[in-house]
Amino acid sequence: MLKGQQSWWFDNKPVIIGAASVVGPDEGEGPLAEDFDLIHPELDMQQKSWEKAERLLLEQATAFAVRHAGLKKDDIQFYFGGDLMNQIISNSFAARSIGAPYIGTFGACSTSMETLALAAQLVDSGNAQYAMAGTCSHNCTAEKQFRYPTEYGSQKPPTAQYTVTGAGAAVVAPSGDGPVVECATIGKIMDLGITDPFNMGAAMAPAAVDTIQAHFNDTGRQPSDYDLIVTGDLASVGHPIARELLLRNGVPMNDTIFNDCGLMVYNVNKQKVQAGGSGCGCSAVVTYGHLLKKLARGELKRILVAATGALLSPLSFQQGESIPCIAHAVAIAGKGV
Amino acid sequence: MDKRLPKRVDSALKGRRINEQALTNNEIDFGAREMTSLSTSSAGGRPYKKLSMSPKEYQTFAKEREPTRSILTNCIRAFVVGGAICLFGEFIQQLYVHLAGMKREAASNPTVATLIFISVVLTSLGVYDKIAQWAGAGTAVPVTGFANSMASAALEHRAEGLVLGVGANMFKLAGSVIVYGTVAAFFVGIGHLIFGTGGNH
Repeated sequence: MLKGQQSWWFDNKPVIIGAASVVGPDEGEGPLAEDFDLIHPELDMQQKSWEKAERLLLEQATAFAVRHAGLKKDDIQFYFGGDLMNQIISNSFAARSIGAPYIGTFGACSTSMETLALAAQLVDSGNAQYAMAGTCSHNCTAEKQFRYPTEYGSQKPPTAQYTVTGAGAAVVAPSGDGPVVECATIGKIMDLGITDPFNMGAAMAPAAVDTIQAHFNDTGRQPSDYDLIVTGDLASVGHPIARELLLRNGVPMNDTIFNDCGLMVYNVNKQKVQAGGSGCGCSAVVTYGHLLKKLARGELKRILVAATGALLSPLSFQQGESIPCIAHAVAIAGKGV
Repeated sequence: MDKRLPKRVDSALKGRRINEQALTNNEIDFGAREMTSLSTSSAGGRPYKKLSMSPKEYQTFAKEREPTRSILTNCIRAFVVGGAICLFGEFIQQLYVHLAGMKREAASNPTVATLIFISVVLTSLGVYDKIAQWAGAGTAVPVTGFANSMASAALEHRAEGLVLGVGANMFKLAGSVIVYGTVAAFFVGIGHLIFGTGGNH
């Protein structure tokens, strides 16, 4: 049901009955390693190309999610997925093995919550019994497509972010055991003219601010209604900017814990990840791996995940265009909250 | 809004042959698509007011919050690493002179080849980019940096095949060095011709 200007309120309380996360070696050395279902010790995962490795991550994550939901592959009625690759190839190829009717989406790093919101919407409206949302990214495919060859020796500025190698997936059902998807706020494109692809945190911060504020305005909720509010991948440059902007606008963000998946997934001070993590996999593995487990254990009661995406392409930034950014927020509550 | 736009917008709105009334700026609003200011999306009745900040103001705001890079540290690192690579090159050259009995001029070619070889090996082992992150411009010194740019591109695009992958992409980064190096050499040559100073290399 539409709530306010741009939010969906899920009256039938769709449930995430199964979720999974699969990551690469750097994430496996990070502070959340315990929460991932599978950690690959090598970046190539014994595949012939980086692209195949990324696809494998998603195939494994979706398979684990289906298993955790106690279902079989054929039970999934719709699959929503997207990634960073041109023509979202990782998802299209993975959807081949998933076998379910497939809706491809592109929201760059906001895809995790974009697809979860869509899956929840489909289940809430009674148009699906089991819908799955999934996304993935791989450090090397992103480097190859958006920046330079992985082994090229160029110095990255401290504002640059490190693309997470990982995939996350979640299965949504009308009822069952698991956290409830309460509502979602779909973001608008915000573009304040930042053109530096090595400073995506600053480019995306206004999008996160806009969506989080729209969420509170639409739902009538307050930051204190959430135990934790996380942004997707603003990292150490963008996250403080988002906090400052929100506080300036009078949003009492100090009433809650306000964090960022890009800062949580790595040990930013010790690991060589510049400002922090980014990529579709960033918010996906943190949410589906770490946060849902905390909700299940009752350590968190209600969270808001605002996944942020920089919708640039290698062509658009070479042509000097600015970076259009977006954020989608999904509120998830623990069982019985 | 963006000042670069009006001309393009104007002709786009008029079109050449039009069966419909011309679109107004309000209906199509190119400006808002390229630059949305934080203040434009406000709607009535919301408790939280949106901050009014123009793109320009925001860019300054964000710039002030960027972590600073120490130019001095970077310069010193580049100087040390770049100098060390050159010193190492000199060492190799001396080896060729003293152990292989080459003349100093003749030894320069195998020296360059040796440096290229080492750079390619380090690139293939995945070490070169790690050194470069620390050393900055120091590892971009012509021979090793050039070799790294070609080897890394060749490695990266091996998956797309030998012709369309390795062959077509090897010069992806190094290509512009060659293009502009050649163009610069051409103009320097013309200069030498005009002033009668050239002929030697």
